[in-house]
Amino acid sequence: MDTLLRFEDVSIGFEQPVLDGISFQLARGETKILLGEAGTGKTLILKLALGLIKPDAGRITTLGEVISEMREQDMYLLRRQIGMVFQESALFDSLTVEENVAYRLIEDTGRITDEIHARVLEVLEFVELAQTYNLFPSELSGGMRRRVGIARAIISQPQVLLYDSPTGGLDPVTSNTIIELVVKQRDIYKTGSLLVTHRLQDAFTMASHYFDRRLKKMVPLEDGSRRDLHTSFLILREHKVIFEGTATQLLRCHAPYLREYLS
Amino acid sequence: MAIISLNDIAKDKVEAVQEYSLLAGRSLSNLFAQPRYLADTLLQADSIGVGSLPIVVLIGLFTGAVLALQTSSTLQQFGSLSLTGQLVSLSMVRELGPVLTGILVAGRNASGMASELGSMKVTEQIDAMRAMGVDPTKKLVTPRLVATVIMLFFLSIISDFVGLVGGFLISNFLLGLNPNQYWSRAYQALRFGDVFMGLSKPVVFGFIIASVGCYYGMTARGGTQGVGRATTQAVVSASVLIVISDFFITKLLMGIFHY
Repeated sequence: MDTLLRFEDVSIGFEQPVLDGISFQLARGETKILLGEAGTGKTLILKLALGLIKPDAGRITTLGEVISEMREQDMYLLRRQIGMVFQESALFDSLTVEENVAYRLIEDTGRITDEIHARVLEVLEFVELAQTYNLFPSELSGGMRRRVGIARAIISQPQVLLYDSPTGGLDPVTSNTIIELVVKQRDIYKTGSLLVTHRLQDAFTMASHYFDRRLKKMVPLEDGSRRDLHTSFLILREHKVIFEGTATQLLRCHAPYLREYLS
Repeated sequence: MAIISLNDIAKDKVEAVQEYSLLAGRSLSNLFAQPRYLADTLLQADSIGVGSLPIVVLIGLFTGAVLALQTSSTLQQFGSLSLTGQLVSLSMVRELGPVLTGILVAGRNASGMASELGSMKVTEQIDAMRAMGVDPTKKLVTPRLVATVIMLFFLSIISDFVGLVGGFLISNFLLGLNPNQYWSRAYQALRFGDVFMGLSKPVVFGFIIASVGCYYGMTARGGTQGVGRATTQAVVSASVLIVISDFFITKLLMGIFHY
């Protein structure tokens, strides 16, 4: 199916309205970056997409299933095809890195088989943390934990990836490493993803760089390049979507709030 | 500052009872569906059962001893010291064994469950589990429930026996009772109704301990303070519910077995 996620007129509020009539779609292979000030409900959109919370109004269709009308027990199989990276990485602190990353795979076999171990190392290699598989999350730095969180989300090759502020609270150097990983995942595996961030620089980096497989690193797009990164922005303000489009369109937009937000 | 009305408090309490009942019901119905996490259940059984064993033995021993000691003076007045075995046996098996063990395990394990699950809740680990397609009630709650019920059953039996031994030590070495007098009286006094009462109580108490502990853990919020609060409330609620249900079970079974 071509549409991974569809939000139709979704509204939700806790004592105050947070989201009001949000509608958008995420197509296969597309990356949408959710931007907006803190408290505009960006994280809520991710939780709604996963069915962790139910909306007050509207319909949410995830991977072809109307998740806003499903019972909790029925959502578990669907969620196995979605990967989420949490803001504080939310690693299981009494399990090792390997057990954390292999969590979904262990569900099927009950223990870490040789095959699972190999897969874990492969995915840890992708996030450049292969030597940490025996450590506990408390022994890792914030950035490393974030990368393990990414490894845990991508190991089962999900159809959609949801990133919740993957660079939140990290220093610029580490943030860049994380963004490079997200770009690498986007360009090599072409997984559809929804990324929430309030850092404009990360969003523009993603929209203007790609992962070069030969050089094995992230490089900027050349001027006038026709390469389509399938990356667009969705900006939220005061419970509504005020902009949806590519980076180029955003820079050309004249709306006063957007100009202020961009500066 | 908004004043919380009595209405809101009542609504909160009713909602809490509703959420608790839903959780308890779901964790029971999980027993009839895959996946069943046997490894997790065994781990919990080890931590709850084997972990509580030393303290249950200690408490059981001294409770039996104190029973024999305290009642000896009264029994002696009536020249009925030989009834000590009977008294310790009936008190331990019907009442003190299950209830004291239950309250002990509540203090030790309901708090452990509430704090462990509560910490996972406030650090988004429960949400991460759900996001990865793993049902937290199946993975966390049901194993603890099954493990607690089974382990408390056996712990109560052990507590009863050790209590009898404690009573014996006092009667033999302090009160000068013949071992045969003590043990034969202790054994003969027990009827089916007594044993049934003594073994059905741990099943109910085990259910209470695990479901209350897990409920407070899964609904914890507000960071570390919230976890601390959840832990305290779990122990208090579990202990109170044990004592209250003890009364009703006793009354019910006394009626059934025509005491």
